[in-house]
Amino acid sequence: MTELFDLTILGAGPAGAEAAIEASNWGLRVAVLDEASAAGGQVYRAPQFEPRTGPVDPHHAEGNALRERLERSGATFLRSHRVWDISMSGQRETPQYTVSTMGPSGLTEIQSRALLVATGVTERFYARPGWTLPGVIGLGAATAMLKSAQVLPGRNVVVAGVGPLLSLVAHLIIQGGGKVAAVVDVSPLSEWLGHVPAMMSRPDLLARGAKWQLELAAHRVPVYRGYDISRIIGTTEVAAVELGKLKKDGTVVDRFQIEADAVCMSYGLTPATEVFRLLGADQVFNEECGGWVPVLDDCQRTTVPALYAAGDGAGLLGAAAAPLTGALASLAVAFDLERISPADFARSKTGLDAKLRRAAKFGRAMAKMARPRPALMAAIPDSTVVCRCEDITAGELKQTIQAGAKNINALKFATRCGMGPCGGRVCGEAAAAMLECHGIKRSEIQQFTARPPLRPILLADVTRDFEYSDIPLPEPAPA
Amino acid sequence: MNTMFDCAVVGGGIMGAASAMRMAKGGMKVVLFEAQQLGMGASGVNAGTLSLQIKRVALMPYALKGHELWAQAGDAVGFKECGGVTLAFTQNEAQILEERMTARMKAGAPIEMISGARAREIEPHLTDRIVAASFCAADGYANSSLTGMYYRQLLKDAGVEVHELCSVDEITPSPDQVLLRTGIGVIAAKRALLATGAWTKRLGEQVGTSLPIRVRINTVSVTERMPKIAKKVIGHATGLLTLKQSTNGTVLIGGGWQGTGTPEQGRGKVVPETLTSNLRLAQYAIPELAGARIVRCWTGFEANSPDFMPIAGRMPGWENLFVLCCVRGGYTIGPYMGQLMGDYILGREPELPLFDPIRFQENQHDQKH
Repeated sequence: MTELFDLTILGAGPAGAEAAIEASNWGLRVAVLDEASAAGGQVYRAPQFEPRTGPVDPHHAEGNALRERLERSGATFLRSHRVWDISMSGQRETPQYTVSTMGPSGLTEIQSRALLVATGVTERFYARPGWTLPGVIGLGAATAMLKSAQVLPGRNVVVAGVGPLLSLVAHLIIQGGGKVAAVVDVSPLSEWLGHVPAMMSRPDLLARGAKWQLELAAHRVPVYRGYDISRIIGTTEVAAVELGKLKKDGTVVDRFQIEADAVCMSYGLTPATEVFRLLGADQVFNEECGGWVPVLDDCQRTTVPALYAAGDGAGLLGAAAAPLTGALASLAVAFDLERISPADFARSKTGLDAKLRRAAKFGRAMAKMARPRPALMAAIPDSTVVCRCEDITAGELKQTIQAGAKNINALKFATRCGMGPCGGRVCGEAAAAMLECHGIKRSEIQQFTARPPLRPILLADVTRDFEYSDIPLPEPAPA
Repeated sequence: MNTMFDCAVVGGGIMGAASAMRMAKGGMKVVLFEAQQLGMGASGVNAGTLSLQIKRVALMPYALKGHELWAQAGDAVGFKECGGVTLAFTQNEAQILEERMTARMKAGAPIEMISGARAREIEPHLTDRIVAASFCAADGYANSSLTGMYYRQLLKDAGVEVHELCSVDEITPSPDQVLLRTGIGVIAAKRALLATGAWTKRLGEQVGTSLPIRVRINTVSVTERMPKIAKKVIGHATGLLTLKQSTNGTVLIGGGWQGTGTPEQGRGKVVPETLTSNLRLAQYAIPELAGARIVRCWTGFEANSPDFMPIAGRMPGWENLFVLCCVRGGYTIGPYMGQLMGDYILGREPELPLFDPIRFQENQHDQKH
């Protein structure tokens, strides 16, 4: 008989892992899944081997502590599990979730009475000529590479885009023995300074950021603020980067080139909303939270019964707030499954709310940096590939929008943009920005319809061993 | 601006768009409303199969005409006449195949029965466990997701006033006009056509006519791009498999396996059990598919009538309301069906007969208002 968990948690990052620990403390039977081979998520990503020269990742110790606590919690941790489908059955008041996964021992289904989505964010890519060259990766991808495999993205790397990841990636490259050719930050200094009051809520993080700036200066790394990459140059690999001053309309002027063999570049983060879309949870577009976010009550409940959301995937708030929203979600699950009294619930909630208010202050400022900036797609050349799975250019998308495609799914139907293996995760924000540049609101642009599999799955993994007689052929329709 | 339209069309799929075009070309002032954007329902999410080997015998003359219209559309809809092979894997299926294909041949489809060995010559990646097969050189496919873009241009050229993302919330017919409460206000037209696929039942009830429409929730899957493994459209004797490899290398797998959901909920959901059976049948036909990666599975709503024949004619009870839905093989036949419907509303004799929904009404003689 299949085991029925109280709670399945998707994602073992700071929100999911903390939620698993908390829920286990409340006596819930918990399964927590992650695609990675260790818990930690993106921020606390575990190294694949112990660093030879001591840890360079500033989050190393915290990550290890989180993994140890999860290990001790009694929650069932299913590492290296990819979720490809989720379905809900049973009564509305007492639903049952079935999560279909591919794990190291093949396909499995996990059943539970509640589901918590803590799947974090995806990077926002805005296409630039040359961005599909080998050697161009996202800032988030770069942190994964540097923290986990401890491999440098290149020998001479341009780090570009927006937000606090710029400093982190540059720091990790320098500490790993690499050279940063330049940091190209879309935000002018004034934008950063505007956030200083909010950042004062976390003097430790502010000080760390300042230290990393000094490190850049010590290594004579040029930092261009209010600049953007206009082009990445190279034939089979990155050879140079063209950049210049960014104007409000998205054009880049006073351009010049610098040599580089790799580029780490992305333009903010946006909640990964596939599961909410798949299960039909109401969502709202809120650029202050990074884009589309699930509609939540004050305890992380979505509009779908027994479906909860926590961490940055529920709205960007940063790594400090993530464990708190995770804990809050677990508290709500424990209460909804009648494992704790209303009094215990209220007491714990008050405590968490207070902590969350403090943590959110810093997180909100960083989330603002990560917001969509559609103007950055306004001036790209027509020949630039936007959907790299299907080779769809900006010109084709523009033409289709002008011919009458008014939302992202109509654009997808007409051009194949977003139909490839990435499921629209790479091109979706850029395509939406292009629609927005044509005067359409994000609420009307909507999101790509989510379809299973949530990640590509091998056909043989679905069909497994079978005989022809195993296929139940229904009565055919009349001829 | 109280324009009186000659006809208001509700629904911007193939049926509605093709009918609207025909009427506009015939001199009518036509307005069309689509709740989503054009061609995003069944017209845009079906597997794109244009196979005469799976068409209803009684609809074969219509299918041959529809096929011609898609051929004329050509590259704009990704039309490919690649031929099609239909397979039987058991003696029983071979018998079904023989019977059904013989009937279709008699109805005018250029189909021939071939051996399993011949099928594998035509399509070398097929399994060697074929008991019998049939072949039709006229079979092919088109890219259904281009339907909306294709008709948007044609409707514009024909002078049809199109309102996308504009739902019709209420239809009030009276003997001399039809009022439609829409997203852009109340619109008056001398007559109206409902071409709303699986959503037609609800609209029919709203004007007091109960149409016996049932909804099927068909599943389609697509692989990522892969080396060439199929040149033809591959089918199964029962019709429970359609498979073709697009020019870009992706393989589309359909066959009418059922998902769940209702049109009112917006979209259906894939059911793991039926998906598994669908993919097993595909893999049984082409074993190399085992190594393909599935990128996406989805469902589309297909409206059906109890006799599996179209509902196409005057709405029972109303002189100035028309309905067109439930056309089995509607992707292939739709463009032609729209022409017939358009002609009928224009007051012309359609080239081939329509399918009067009055056949489903109990008291057929005292229905007219």
